[in-house]
Amino acid sequence: MIRSILLHGIVIAALIGLEPVLSEYHHGNLARIMVLAAYATGYNILFGYTGLLSLGHAMFFAAGMYGCALMIRLAEWSVGAAFVMGMICALIAGIVVGLLALRTIGVGFMIVTLMFAEAGYLTILYFNEYTRGDEGFTIAQSVRAIGNLDLSDTTTRYFAALTLFSVCLMASAALVQSKAGRVLVAIRENEDRVRMLGFDPFRYKLLALVLSAVMAGAAGAAYAVLFGYAGASFAAVPYSIFPLLWVLLGGPGTTLGPLLGTVLMFYLVDYASGTIMPGLASLVETQFGIEAPGLASAYLLLVGVALVLLVLFAPKGLLGTLRARVVPWLP
Amino acid sequence: MDFLSYLPFTLPHPALLLAGVLEGMVLAAVLALTALGLSIVFGIMRVVNVAHGEFYMLGAVLAWFVTHTVTGTVGGPPWLGFAVALIVAPLIVAAIAAATDWLVLKRLDYDPEATIVATIGILYILQQLALTFYGPDARPVEAPFDFRVQTPYFGYSGYKLCVIGAAIVLMLIVWLVLTRTKIGLVMRATQYDRETAQAFGIPVDKVYAGVFALGAGLAAIGAVLIVPIQQAHYLMGGDPLLLSFIVVILGGLGSLKGTLVAAIFIGLSDGIISTLYEPTLAKILATLLVAMVLVFRPQGLFGARAA
Repeated sequence: MIRSILLHGIVIAALIGLEPVLSEYHHGNLARIMVLAAYATGYNILFGYTGLLSLGHAMFFAAGMYGCALMIRLAEWSVGAAFVMGMICALIAGIVVGLLALRTIGVGFMIVTLMFAEAGYLTILYFNEYTRGDEGFTIAQSVRAIGNLDLSDTTTRYFAALTLFSVCLMASAALVQSKAGRVLVAIRENEDRVRMLGFDPFRYKLLALVLSAVMAGAAGAAYAVLFGYAGASFAAVPYSIFPLLWVLLGGPGTTLGPLLGTVLMFYLVDYASGTIMPGLASLVETQFGIEAPGLASAYLLLVGVALVLLVLFAPKGLLGTLRARVVPWLP
Repeated sequence: MDFLSYLPFTLPHPALLLAGVLEGMVLAAVLALTALGLSIVFGIMRVVNVAHGEFYMLGAVLAWFVTHTVTGTVGGPPWLGFAVALIVAPLIVAAIAAATDWLVLKRLDYDPEATIVATIGILYILQQLALTFYGPDARPVEAPFDFRVQTPYFGYSGYKLCVIGAAIVLMLIVWLVLTRTKIGLVMRATQYDRETAQAFGIPVDKVYAGVFALGAGLAAIGAVLIVPIQQAHYLMGGDPLLLSFIVVILGGLGSLKGTLVAAIFIGLSDGIISTLYEPTLAKILATLLVAMVLVFRPQGLFGARAA
């Protein structure tokens, strides 16, 4: 328990300590990563701890994003109120989807969440009069502020992202140490036995799903406010797959896995599309005489390769493997 | 809210309606082939192949490469290019699918959830490789022949009618193979009880690789047939995947009859709706319908498997 609190404290302190030394480029990246890691942390509660694999979390991210951004754009709400509205939208989406989707199990749950998310994505496109569809819309810099705090300022933005991530990290760490958290893990391991012991698995699964959805929604709302943009691509299938990939890479069922996975994947994709892929494209062209015009923009190729390799060779992810082999107390 | 205007309260002109029905039939024919592939794979292997749409896309893209080579480099006539593509493209796709099964799915021991994650990965690998080597453009493939069927009211492409015919013939062949041949018997035995089949000397591994290849090959044939009508594009796999899911889930798995009826129903309604009305709304309703069927009638599909 002490070790766990200490470890999380060190990670957050390190993120605070990094702020003044980062170059402007990495500064912006890390702010983005922390918001996305908050999303992944929420995903991890459902997937890593409860063992429910959702393929539709983008709908919760987008519910938060649009719940917040549309309020600012159409109703001219303040950022704070709109952010809360985003979380409420994700909460409602979580409850509705949970009540329906949790009636299914296994593969059925995966397909149902995928279908709901697809319906959500199409709904955003359908109302493109308000949402501006795929193109999306920006939120003016002047309104992106809470009181005197200008959220478009890089330092403020960094600390806002850090605050969001820290709250999600602490909440997930507290949850998994609590009694409810242990029931969630027990459901992952053996749902029938949990039912036999007198718990109602449905209520706990709903709790996990709703918590997970609210975190995803908070991340979505924060993304809109901090980076000033909302677009339908955040509701599309890849944004449901990304948190799965990040959590799988970092380690499902570890509190820090989502952050680690998000950082690694973000920089891998960034480095690959900036350096490796264009280099590879010219290599293929000069060495083999095969034209590969799209290789430089094919960063999703990495996502695919990473997913297949992780499922095949490291289903426990980095921190999960570390926990199994070296540090058994890792939270 | 102006969505009321999209509702079919007034019937359109009969000729337009007939055109919508014919377009729907073409779509239904190709959809039935594609969905049949997905259904066979799930029915026999219990694998939900999320990459199914990419095998379809690959069929279309390879058809472009083949026809381009035959008509351009070799200088053959369009019908020859198309005929070669109709044989070569599905075979290559089937080989890729068999390799995927051997390299990835078999190693996961066909665990349902792990295979879904893996096929999502394969989806992106195939799609992005197509982007890499084929590029982001949509390219047309010339139809093998060009004649119009003329009626007193309107003309209709003869090729489209042939697509419908070809799909019907292919599905008949698949049905005959599954129900009347030794290969079909072996497949059904594997579906019924994998371990007992193995104990009786059926090479289950080979059957699985073959079934996966057959499923992907059917999608590829559907794509080659459609590519003179719709252009080949690296992102074209999304819609057929979604529609195949809808068909397979509504029709009930492993049931050839159910898949066919659902494919015709969905193909027709989608064809008519997207010819005459707002397609996005139709898709929203269709996805929600699938979700609801899975929630409230799971025994139709995935209910046999415990979590």
